[in-house]
Amino acid sequence: MTFIEGNNPLLPAETNTIITDPMIPNLFTIKKIFWETDDTFTIEIESHDKSSFNFKPGQFNMLYVFGMGESAISICSDPAKNKTILHTIHRVGNVTSKLSQLKKGDTIGVRGPFGSNWDVTKFYGKDVVIVVGGIGLAPLRPAIYSIFKERKKFNRIIILYGARTALDLLYRVELEHWSKTKNVEVLTTIDRGDSSWRGNIGVVTNLFNYIKLDAMNTYSMVCGPEIMMKFSIEELVKLGVEEKNIYLSLERNMKCAIGFCGHCQYTSKFICKDGPVFNYSQVKDIFNLYEV
Amino acid sequence: MNDKNSIKVVDRNAIDGIISLLKSEGFITVGPTLRDKTIIYDEIENTSELPIGWTDEQEAGHYRIKRRNDEALFGYNVGPHSWKKYLFPPKLELFEANKNGKSFEIKTILTDTTKYAFIGVRSCELHAIQIQDKVFNNWQYKDPNYVSLRDRTFIIAVNCTQAGKTCFCASMDTGPRAKKGFDLSITEVINPNEHYFVVESGSDKGEDILSKVETNFATEEQIFKADAEIDSASRNMGRALITDGIKDLLMNNMEHPQWNDVAARCLTCANCTMVCPTCFCNNVEDVNDISGNHTERWRKWDSCFSLDFSKVAGGNFRTSPKARYRQWMTHKLASWIDQFGTSGCVGCGRCITWCPVGIDITKEVKAIQDNPVN
Repeated sequence: MTFIEGNNPLLPAETNTIITDPMIPNLFTIKKIFWETDDTFTIEIESHDKSSFNFKPGQFNMLYVFGMGESAISICSDPAKNKTILHTIHRVGNVTSKLSQLKKGDTIGVRGPFGSNWDVTKFYGKDVVIVVGGIGLAPLRPAIYSIFKERKKFNRIIILYGARTALDLLYRVELEHWSKTKNVEVLTTIDRGDSSWRGNIGVVTNLFNYIKLDAMNTYSMVCGPEIMMKFSIEELVKLGVEEKNIYLSLERNMKCAIGFCGHCQYTSKFICKDGPVFNYSQVKDIFNLYEV
Repeated sequence: MNDKNSIKVVDRNAIDGIISLLKSEGFITVGPTLRDKTIIYDEIENTSELPIGWTDEQEAGHYRIKRRNDEALFGYNVGPHSWKKYLFPPKLELFEANKNGKSFEIKTILTDTTKYAFIGVRSCELHAIQIQDKVFNNWQYKDPNYVSLRDRTFIIAVNCTQAGKTCFCASMDTGPRAKKGFDLSITEVINPNEHYFVVESGSDKGEDILSKVETNFATEEQIFKADAEIDSASRNMGRALITDGIKDLLMNNMEHPQWNDVAARCLTCANCTMVCPTCFCNNVEDVNDISGNHTERWRKWDSCFSLDFSKVAGGNFRTSPKARYRQWMTHKLASWIDQFGTSGCVGCGRCITWCPVGIDITKEVKAIQDNPVN
């Protein structure tokens, strides 16, 4: 095989087209790394060349750890801040375990941002119900920040959040802060509590019993395990929220994030580029099928 | 399309002339050749390396080569290889990285600038290449390696003058006549009295090459005979698939009992995805050296039939063979249309021939068409 000299992403000298190779990561430095819970941690990262990183709420990056591989992780910081960004990561596999062991000053690779986003401007003047399970709060936090930035443009904000145990609740300081804000309700529930827990026990859908929805004026964002989203959406629809007013974020295996690798296919959608955020009415027909 | 006056006729020597001209221009000339009792694609020097006088016999789960009673150069259909092995290589290094203290450096891989000349591309395969163009060279993202190779490729199409028992390009409207996307197209006419090749150019580059070898204007009779051969291939397709409304049919029948039926036969071996000329799924793998200071990232063909394909941290979305076969077939024939504006199937029949248990995509579709539940 013959090769021309030059750097990829350099393309044929003949055509002089320069194509940025979308599979090459950019280098970022870890500015901070800290544990949120026993198995979930947050990294703050900054580009090596200190360039700003713009993204929209709900988008994700492919984080590359030297020699280990890549993981698709949503961005969980405030989109208005673009010098550094945050990722909250659940330590579950090889890449995320290695990520959790990195130290301040270490380098990782980043490709992104990818995917569709939560467009909160669609919710102006309406009530917003955010239903979250576990790590699902991370991809929703940028949307919550965006809402709080223009708080007056929205009506009531209701956050329903379920986690496994009290110690697994993420962003507890912020939850506390949000809950004290006027016209904001934050309800949490956990699967298993001990004697020190005075809050709700059970699945997140139980929390619908404690709120009163103005269903016709409600928009909802749902993120969590697929089974949790299924039942949360059923509940929202039962309460009268229109299907077209419900948004959800889906997850599938992702290797490329650009529609090349085929792994994240969800019938006609590529979760990586058509999603991860979908309007429920877009995916309703397939959402309730098993093993799609 | 050329008007009839510009259609040329050449003999075998001219084809050799074209190959050597392409070689002198730095092209790697690739074409069908015989290996291990199979017609595959590999580098060829001249027409003597083509499977001259051979043909293939194909059926569901069956492939044999047989002697023809003539010396035809292109008297067979498609084998297990497709051109995707060149444009979308089974293994491709994406980048290398070397440790540098707390950081690391990424070394990009130079884009492959090989100039391939594909000799003997069938119409179904031309369509397959155009389908992969939509995947790897789309408006949003481009695979630099694919684009680099594709831009340089010279394509000599061969119109099929016979159809295999697993062929159904006529159903998919992808053949047997190559209509566009080639530099030159050839129709071989062979009978006890004559042996000639009707040649048309499909690009300036093709026209240029053709002008450098000895040609004659094709007579009306020669063109008529060539067209008749292609028409006969069209009428003799071994398989057929009704594509009207196929997208809605399959999407509305995701729980059809036929999926369980085919799942009981399917070995989930992934042969169909490997031989399919449009299947593009791939995986990435990281390879480290023993020092831990050097790593490489490789892209490899993957298949939606492999168990790990849809695995995520919390579990696996498609574990049952039913779900995996359904994913493959509904993607190929239905959701592909939403994704890329075209079917993912070109009717080449490879998935039928190379399935070790002889699962036939046309029969599976028909079973649902005959008894839809929705």
